[in-house]
Amino acid sequence: MIAEILAGRTEAFHDLIRPYERSVYMMVLSMLRNEAEAEDVAQETFIKAYRNLGRFRSESRFSTWLIAIALNEARARLRRKQPALTDSIDDTEGSVVPAQLTDWREIPSETLERQEVRSLIRRALDALPLPYREVFVLRELEERNVQETAETLGITTGSVKMRLHRARMMLQKQLAPQLASAAPKRRRRFPWF
Amino acid sequence: MVLNCRHVWEYISGYLDNTLDEQTRADVERHLEHCEICSAVLDSTRNILILTADDRIFELPLGYSERLHARLRKAMSEAPLPSDESS
Repeated sequence: MIAEILAGRTEAFHDLIRPYERSVYMMVLSMLRNEAEAEDVAQETFIKAYRNLGRFRSESRFSTWLIAIALNEARARLRRKQPALTDSIDDTEGSVVPAQLTDWREIPSETLERQEVRSLIRRALDALPLPYREVFVLRELEERNVQETAETLGITTGSVKMRLHRARMMLQKQLAPQLASAAPKRRRRFPWF
Repeated sequence: MVLNCRHVWEYISGYLDNTLDEQTRADVERHLEHCEICSAVLDSTRNILILTADDRIFELPLGYSERLHARLRKAMSEAPLPSDESS
């Protein structure tokens, strides 16, 4: 399809990007934490992809290439807003101590029908430091493997694993107590026990 | 090797991703059998990962796709063909 577009059937570009509209938006939203800006940057990502389509090399996946453009566009936007922003993070710093509960009752996905539960989770994701958030989104939400994530972000696979682990522990630390109290209480069959 | 809770927390991701070597996995499992706290850390982490990956957490804004393709159409009409040279 890309060859067709480059040969002049440019309308096909609309079809080419449809499967990735959500991924690109999610990536930039997770970085910018602002819906209006995320939409603007997502649009710019696709325009840039169109203009640079001739540079795409088929040995890489189109989605990986697109996400890399989205990442760069979002980072550029962040730097314009916060010139002191840095991507650096100390991957050797101490470990994250998780929330220690003695019991966990599974919270079913239906609980997400509740706005307040979705907000809790979004706030926890937003609270992750940017380098952890980038890795978390690529690995957990975009389902990229460790190697692809490392290449997209320009970091080592060891850093990907370390950041993902810390991001998961940070989310557990913040969310486990909140979700445990927000989840519906199970009706006890024998309330006197 | 007998692991304490702090060791096990460091292995939670490896355990979930199934990337631990056989011996470490067995050590973690032995610890989990008798440690309620680490079992709850593991179960809650697994549960939270499923919830965060749900499509309902981040929904696309209404009309996002239409606005995207409209802007794209405009940009494409200004630069009719993708080029190797543009940046």
